[in-house]
Amino acid sequence: MPDLRLDLALQLLQQAGVPEPEGERGSAAWLQGLVDALVDLSSRDPLTGAANRRSFEVALSREIDRVARSGEAALLLVLDIDHFKRVNDTHGHGAGDLVIKSVVQALQDTVRPMDLVARTGGEEFAIVLPNCAPAFGQAVAERVRRRVQSTPVAVAPGQQLQVTISVGGAFAPQWVRSRTHLWIERADQQLYRAKSEGRNRVCLEPAAVLQVSNDEKRLLFETSQFQDLA
Amino acid sequence: MSDGTLEASRAAARKVTAITSGKGGVGKTFLAANLAAALARQGQRVLVLDADLGLANLDVVLNLFPKVTLHEVFAGKCKLEEAIVAAPGGFSVLLAGSGMVEYSRMTPELRDQLRDVLNQVAPRFDQVLLDTGAGISDVVLYTVSLAHRVIVVATPEPTSLTDAYATIKVLATTQQRRRISLVVNQARRPGDGRVVRQQLQQVVDRYVSPGLDSPIQIDLLGELPNDSAVRDAVLRRQLLVETLPGAPAAVAVGQLATRLIDA
Repeated sequence: MPDLRLDLALQLLQQAGVPEPEGERGSAAWLQGLVDALVDLSSRDPLTGAANRRSFEVALSREIDRVARSGEAALLLVLDIDHFKRVNDTHGHGAGDLVIKSVVQALQDTVRPMDLVARTGGEEFAIVLPNCAPAFGQAVAERVRRRVQSTPVAVAPGQQLQVTISVGGAFAPQWVRSRTHLWIERADQQLYRAKSEGRNRVCLEPAAVLQVSNDEKRLLFETSQFQDLA
Repeated sequence: MSDGTLEASRAAARKVTAITSGKGGVGKTFLAANLAAALARQGQRVLVLDADLGLANLDVVLNLFPKVTLHEVFAGKCKLEEAIVAAPGGFSVLLAGSGMVEYSRMTPELRDQLRDVLNQVAPRFDQVLLDTGAGISDVVLYTVSLAHRVIVVATPEPTSLTDAYATIKVLATTQQRRRISLVVNQARRPGDGRVVRQQLQQVVDRYVSPGLDSPIQIDLLGELPNDSAVRDAVLRRQLLVETLPGAPAAVAVGQLATRLIDA
């Protein structure tokens, strides 16, 4: 085994409640397990277990590469707890932490397993939704918003808080290789709009949709001539 | 402006052809590069402007790695002249540069810059091809609006056909386009192009033209056969019309070029 200083890494895992990797200490499998555990640890927000800002940006840039060539629609939602400062000021930071945990749980409960929920800042969150058609964007974002609104947070025995979120969203530009910061900026603009229009609401950037009705599609494909091509 | 220069700019506009497609990956850039080479072989002075501002990849197809692109021109870092480079195949290219991601959205400045660039370069060439991005983003639509003629590239498959139809519809309703040239790529058998044109025309006649002052005419400019030589050339980053001029797809591109000159 090469001479590696691993005591700090192991201490970090122990503190985070992650068991030491299996296998013989110093073996390649054990070291790989250690690296994997550290990668996982550095990708997550310690309070909520959601993806942190770093892994969120990695996921976002991967998504950009995918939609640039596939043309598939992908939605980015950015969310912010309304009047969160008041929660901290009135009920203390412990209550604030409980609210954040509860919101993340509500977000994770309302999206698909393939979607990525991230905590990107203090009371700021983001959700990356691959393969999400523009027609469904509003409904998905509304579902998330309603779920948070209807989930009271128990911050002390007998004391429940109701919190709301504002949601902004933008679709990845199809067939275009954009950059993560541009996509985030567009979603942020919509979040700003949601905030200034009174909070506890969803604002999505209008998406350019190729408007082809089912009748038109039927006429395009359902003729013997086109069946001939297939 | 004297009458003479007005005439010149009109004449210039007549040979600007936008190549677009609703769907990506249908061979738009392959067509632009090989059509340019085929036109050059027929004695035309040709410029390809890679207007695929968000996902420019003509440089990859042509194996060119210029230091100076439209991006630097627009940023004021160099002159337009320096960005016009000679491509293998005997034509000139003006590349957007993949660094122009900021332009995935159209700004008033970008509109003016693109139009000015085109006005400056068009008089020096017989044919200008605008290789646009896929989709119907405002960048694509604006670039197409700068061209006299528009070629929509489609393949005989449902997704491509749907997106080609949607593109034609948008061009007809937002730009008063009444003539669209269609190129059907990856035709699996002779006549696929005619079938695809007929399908598109039929739906356009039924659902789009009735709302317009005059009907839309879709012209089949040509069909390119599904040819394994195309894939090989793309992988080797070579121009098919240069390396295998006898290949069926290369011959078809040559015929397209002739029709474009005569049109």
